[in-house]
Amino acid sequence: MKRIRIGNGCGFWGDSVDAPINLVRDGHLDYLTLEYLAELTMSILALQKQRDPNAGFASDFIEVLSRLTPLLIQQPRLKIVTNAGGMNPMACALQAKAVLDKAGIRRRIFLVSGDDIFSKLEEILKDPSELKNLDTGHSLETIRSKVVSANTYLGAQPIARALESGADIVITGRVADASLTVGPAIAEFGWAMNDFDRLSAATVAGHLIECGAQATGGIWTHWQEAEPLDTIGYPIAEIDESGVFQISKPPHTGGAINLETISEQLLYEVGDPAAYLTPDVVSDFTSVLLKQLSRDVVQVSDARGKPATPFYKVSIAFRDGFSSGGTLVIPGARAAKRAGEILLARLRHAGFSYQRSYVEVLPGPTENSEAYLRVSVHDPNKAAVERFTREFAPLVTSGPQGVSGYTTGRAAVREVFAYWPALIRKELVEPKVEELQ
Amino acid sequence: MTPANKIQGMLSDIAHGRSGDKGNHANIAVIAYNPQGYEWLKANLTVEVVCQYFRERKIHRAERYEAPNLLGLNFMLYDVLEGGASRSLLIDTQGKSLAYHLLQMPIEIPDEALKLRNPQEKIPS
Repeated sequence: MKRIRIGNGCGFWGDSVDAPINLVRDGHLDYLTLEYLAELTMSILALQKQRDPNAGFASDFIEVLSRLTPLLIQQPRLKIVTNAGGMNPMACALQAKAVLDKAGIRRRIFLVSGDDIFSKLEEILKDPSELKNLDTGHSLETIRSKVVSANTYLGAQPIARALESGADIVITGRVADASLTVGPAIAEFGWAMNDFDRLSAATVAGHLIECGAQATGGIWTHWQEAEPLDTIGYPIAEIDESGVFQISKPPHTGGAINLETISEQLLYEVGDPAAYLTPDVVSDFTSVLLKQLSRDVVQVSDARGKPATPFYKVSIAFRDGFSSGGTLVIPGARAAKRAGEILLARLRHAGFSYQRSYVEVLPGPTENSEAYLRVSVHDPNKAAVERFTREFAPLVTSGPQGVSGYTTGRAAVREVFAYWPALIRKELVEPKVEELQ
Repeated sequence: MTPANKIQGMLSDIAHGRSGDKGNHANIAVIAYNPQGYEWLKANLTVEVVCQYFRERKIHRAERYEAPNLLGLNFMLYDVLEGGASRSLLIDTQGKSLAYHLLQMPIEIPDEALKLRNPQEKIPS
């Protein structure tokens, strides 16, 4: 039976830059997936693109690709599927091509876009019931002027189409994380889009590997048993055409794959496990059976699926003021809490109040142990938040005895982008697949 | 079973887990080590118990889902992250530590058998 091996070497932007290299070197992969986009990464990338039309994508990918070039020469059939395109798949693809050209490597690069619906918002909002907040039911009109990005989570179909057209590297904008795995499975096995059980199986595989080392012993409750974690291997899903798959990792790597690590990851960031929604399928995680085949190899079977909903999920980010958080170390938890209150009171005396503020103390083992104080504020007024950052240092001389932990300097002021979850009818979105010429 | 036979312990003696964020909501999966432990979880680890345990977070809405194939319960805690990853003023903006904290919950364990753990073969076929 035909099988494909898909390894995920990146679970988020900021993940290990060595993991993809090690995984390709030792993983015997058919596909490498790299997942870079969190809910709010798109808003940051949108602003980068506003400032520089050649920016707005996950630049780590270019560095990774550059380091991968010797291995790509040895492994000419390896394909890469990544959402590194972010807000600007074309700019990402052009830089990727430049890296490959420099190394003398020829690969067909395809782009998947059409997820960015920002420029269509006016048209879509002619029907004000569209894009209502999934949690609150509020109309998007209430924050329309502050929106910086709006992206639909596309599915596996455009990725599959690119691969079927001969892509070696597929660079996408926002797609559902699991679809990075489902796309190759559809392209390789020719599954129909109404083959819900198999689409569900690949979705489960994608969900299990999308967070990288979280499937191989990272953040496991018994992570100490997965030692050594310093050489942790990243996960590989070997999927057969019936939809049964095995999760494994390269030989001689640290970490662990067992029923505990896999069941923890299966339920990670899940709501109703009987109805995990993606653009491709409604996947039933409560149907799957796990079986340990050998050390660090778990087989996953019996996934069931139902037809996908008529909607794509949309991630909208909007400007929501400024925030900052600063920390100090203070002997005694009660003293630490009082120091936080003094800080906020001094700001009040100076005429500054905040929409939201929070004093958090992580106590030491005894009341007199040094405690970790963190004070944070959030407000539309940037000047007020800037003033807040200057109130920490004075506590070193005018607060409790023994204040330390201030050498990292003044806290930074951060622009806040709030998240607006919504749905959009699929017919309003046009996924686009094109080859970079 | 008389109360005298009960063992004082923690939820982590009979279960493992993982937590994370979904926007402003958090989920906590609690997974038993064996079928007997799962039955205990189903009977005792109710939404009310979890909300009471995290009462300082003032949870207004929560749901519990069952995944018997994994011996797991999944709790969705709504609006507990003070605005979610980007807006939250908490150190733990994404609820990553919630499972760890829940597993520290003191419990009375009715039977040592609930502690039996075998990560290689958790669910006898």
